[in-house]
Amino acid sequence: MARNVWVVADIRQQKLRQVTFDMLGAAQRMAEGGRVTAMLIGHGVAELAAGLGDHGADEVWVADAPQLASFVPRAYLRVLAEAASRQTPDVVLFAHSAVGKSLAPAFAVRIGAGQVSDVTSIDTEDGRLVFTRPIYAGKALTKVVFIRGPMVVTVRPNNLPASTGGAGKPGRIVPLAVPLQPDDLVTLVQEVVQKTRAGADLTEARVIVSGGRGVQSAEGFQPLYELAEVLGGAVGASRGACDAGYCDYALQIGQTGKTVTPDLYIACGISGAIQHIAGMSGSKVIVAINKDPEAPIFQIADYGIVGDLFEVVPRLTQAFRQVLGR
Amino acid sequence: MNILVCVKQTFDTEERIVIEDGIIQEEGVRFVVNPYDEYAIEEAIRLKEAHGGEVTVVSVGPERAEEALRTALAMGADEAILVDDPRARADEAAVATVLAAVARQKPYDLILAGNYAVDDGSGQVAIRLAELLGWPYVATVIRLMVADGRATAHRDAEGDIEVVAAPLPLVITAQQGLNEPRYPSLLGIRRAAKKPIARLRLSDLGLAATDVAPYTEVVATFAPPAKQPGRILSGTLDEQVAALVDALCRVERVVS
Repeated sequence: MARNVWVVADIRQQKLRQVTFDMLGAAQRMAEGGRVTAMLIGHGVAELAAGLGDHGADEVWVADAPQLASFVPRAYLRVLAEAASRQTPDVVLFAHSAVGKSLAPAFAVRIGAGQVSDVTSIDTEDGRLVFTRPIYAGKALTKVVFIRGPMVVTVRPNNLPASTGGAGKPGRIVPLAVPLQPDDLVTLVQEVVQKTRAGADLTEARVIVSGGRGVQSAEGFQPLYELAEVLGGAVGASRGACDAGYCDYALQIGQTGKTVTPDLYIACGISGAIQHIAGMSGSKVIVAINKDPEAPIFQIADYGIVGDLFEVVPRLTQAFRQVLGR
Repeated sequence: MNILVCVKQTFDTEERIVIEDGIIQEEGVRFVVNPYDEYAIEEAIRLKEAHGGEVTVVSVGPERAEEALRTALAMGADEAILVDDPRARADEAAVATVLAAVARQKPYDLILAGNYAVDDGSGQVAIRLAELLGWPYVATVIRLMVADGRATAHRDAEGDIEVVAAPLPLVITAQQGLNEPRYPSLLGIRRAAKKPIARLRLSDLGLAATDVAPYTEVVATFAPPAKQPGRILSGTLDEQVAALVDALCRVERVVS
């Protein structure tokens, strides 16, 4: 069944996030003879369109305007509504990211659609699309189908097989001029404060080094940052560490906080409360470092080291430096 | 300033999930106010304390959700509404449609809700609600200031902070860090026990079954595949570190 599939590109700091390619991979599989259209919204983003054809986009629609430089929900919605008036989508994929999460439900209302959020797998059963998503932060999974209307979907990064290129499509670039109304611009981003360290994008990170109460202080996180840097990863934290004020809530991983699925999760001084495990148990490989051999985190860890994180982590950093030549 | 807060009752986050015949079991489970909604309630009460007005809490949920509403009343909310009708919660679009009907019953200046619920975690309802009402919205807010019919909200965006200015009426979704929710006082709990809770059916809101017809359907609920127990490394610390580095680089190939 041919479907028109849209991929709303996820852009952060003028770069395409990897999840965009996850979505393009899924879109190619879902289109089944229909068209794949990538949507690029922002300012100074036109150059990101090149090469998306090779990742499966038949067309790349570009809305590039100064008023779109920051994320203004209604302005972005106006762009997508304008696009929808030109081509009716059957499936619209957004990233389950700061922008996608905030945009998809409102767009679903505009086009009279249901939405399935935070999807980790898309399958076809008896000709219909079945979307798998975690609930209770991964303590259970559900399969959801659409009964009617277009399908709006947000996609969890790092889960769907990404497009690796080679689709060989021209990826025709179509500029989308959208007359924005004053009403579209009532919310105004006055300032963006970049708090996270460079490269530390938790939900997309391939490697996460995470600290708990065992880290004991804000300074105690320094060795974790050093290990993360060598591994090209990000630093996360448990609720205990955030509540104790060792780090910002933006780093919190768990049922309250972020759910992450990196290739490698290194839990340092984290006991493994159920609510934390819910947020990270989908990680491919889990390493636990904890003084307490009875800590529940060892039950779900692939590899465990019983020891003081302040001894283990620096040695690990040093060993990786040697092996990786960094 | 009149504020509406959308509240969901959820499982305590320390609860394990037991699934029988594809249904999540509720027996013996401790229920709480969805933690993100708790921030929303607290923020609403603080705004009321600063600016006057009333705080109304609303839940679209089963009978047991009354307990969550009582908690909100005990914290300092003034009125509570429960819409208990299974059709009203068929999917996120249905819940948002019902909430929009509730929001239209009174002139509210602000609607607050949690950024998502820790059970279904879909994060749609508040934003759908804003769009149904034609109101602007700011999601995942960690700091909120309201003055002279305008709001300034600090929004968590993948760890960065966006400072957003917006006019009222407005929908705000609460992110962790917005505030430290208060514990209800004994006096508050006693007062809350006596307060009436308005119970509404779809028809009371002028809604027909077709207005809340779902777009999506859950066809299966199941436990994730069990994780195989791993191994605790042994030997001296240097040997353990070497074994781990080797395993991650050569066996698992997750480091490069």
